[in-house]
Amino acid sequence: MIKLQNLSVQTGSFILHNISLDVREGTYATLMGKNGQGKTTLMEAICGLRTVTAGTIQINSVDITRWLPGDRGIGYVPQDLVVFPGMTTYDQIAFPLKIRRWPRRMISDRVSEVAVLLHLTALLSRRPDELSGGQSQRVAIGRALSFRPRVLMLDEPVSSLDQQAKNETLSLLKSIQQQVGVTTLHITHDEKEAGRMADQRFVIDNGTLSEQSSLASPIH
Amino acid sequence: MSPNTSGDAPILRNVTKPRSDVAFFIGLSAFSSIYVFLIVAMLVADVCFTSWSNIIETLLKREVQAAIRLTFLSCTAASILSIWVAIPFGYLLSRYRFPGRSFFEAVADVPFVLPPMVIGLSLLILFHLNIYGWELERWLRDDLGFGVTFRWPAVVLAQFVVACAFAIRTMRVTFDQINPRAEEVARTLGCTRYQSFSRVALPQAMRGIVAAFAVAWARSFGEFGPILVFAGSTRMRTEVLSTTVYLEWSVGNLSSAVAVSLVMVLIASLVLVVIRFAGGPAGR
Repeated sequence: MIKLQNLSVQTGSFILHNISLDVREGTYATLMGKNGQGKTTLMEAICGLRTVTAGTIQINSVDITRWLPGDRGIGYVPQDLVVFPGMTTYDQIAFPLKIRRWPRRMISDRVSEVAVLLHLTALLSRRPDELSGGQSQRVAIGRALSFRPRVLMLDEPVSSLDQQAKNETLSLLKSIQQQVGVTTLHITHDEKEAGRMADQRFVIDNGTLSEQSSLASPIH
Repeated sequence: MSPNTSGDAPILRNVTKPRSDVAFFIGLSAFSSIYVFLIVAMLVADVCFTSWSNIIETLLKREVQAAIRLTFLSCTAASILSIWVAIPFGYLLSRYRFPGRSFFEAVADVPFVLPPMVIGLSLLILFHLNIYGWELERWLRDDLGFGVTFRWPAVVLAQFVVACAFAIRTMRVTFDQINPRAEEVARTLGCTRYQSFSRVALPQAMRGIVAAFAVAWARSFGEFGPILVFAGSTRMRTEVLSTTVYLEWSVGNLSSAVAVSLVMVLIASLVLVVIRFAGGPAGR
């Protein structure tokens, strides 16, 4: 569950004011809005990367507003991917587990499990410059999922992919979310994508966030 | 594309004679060659002035061997110290905005603009300034048994003060070129700021670190003024190769001075090769 209460975020001259949101446990939610409305800023604030000036963030009923990003238990896949340069796919997926000092054997087992889930088994020894856009995307998702996060944050995860890779990745995301049951918040511009993926849909417009029923009119 | 028929200046130039970029490249080459010629001519003049036997004879002198030894040790020590300071300093300036940042930046640039002699003199005064009867040099020497002024540590410190500024600038450019988003993502994956620095930023900065080390080493190697003032130029004690050239020249032994100079050129060339192959912003 992700719950925002009267959240305000300021980054430079940009301000998000009084945002409230409630994503139910285990659901797949989408967040839509025009460019410059602060979708990414909001997601980064939830992840702990932007300073919250007022309000609270709760994950599974725990107030994490002042927690360090690494303690929040959020798996974050940024829009610009940011797979770590020079690391193999294995090392990327194992990264959060090594930070948490998991035993070597458990790391190896978990990486194999995630690799199977995301069809990455054949790519475990490859470095980022040997991966396609879709493969890099799956590596970033695998890295965010490997430590069994409480929630998953996806910032336009398929925006840079071609139609086929987009369809494959979306199907994969939905199936993983159903298997793992992790509460997911997914930013997208695409109305069809939101319709296909979302159990809950949110729209941010002029600094106001509202929940949209599935029959609501699309934003323009 | 249709020609402009509005009566204004034509969009397409009426080409009667093909233009050429040759003159531009000749100009670039000519101006660059002036400097290249000057440096090469200086080196060739040095080579012509001395002989192999003279170089060997100079290198066999005990004082020169001691100077070579101290040069290598002091430059390496100064460079290691510089890297220790430059990595966190460069990262701080590259990644964070904080009160006093401009002051930090300005202070880091001081050694670029201060005359070298002034740096040596300032170090000397710092270590011998009497503060209500307390003096840094006396305290280090008498209470800790570790005198600095006019001893080998003064050589390292004089080199460090200047070399560190160059290393800081190199590391700052290095971190500026590394995408900070990777460190942010690492923090969401469980890293503290220190872990994101050490596990994500630092491995990406390795080429820059090597380049900064080489730049610091080269800078220390060529240092003369601050060493002369702060460490003196006592043979077998505080003499480094740059002061050897000065000492040999001051006693009229010009051929030895030139021989040592050529040895320095050889070592400096090797360092330049390391910088180029290490890559990074300073190497390009």
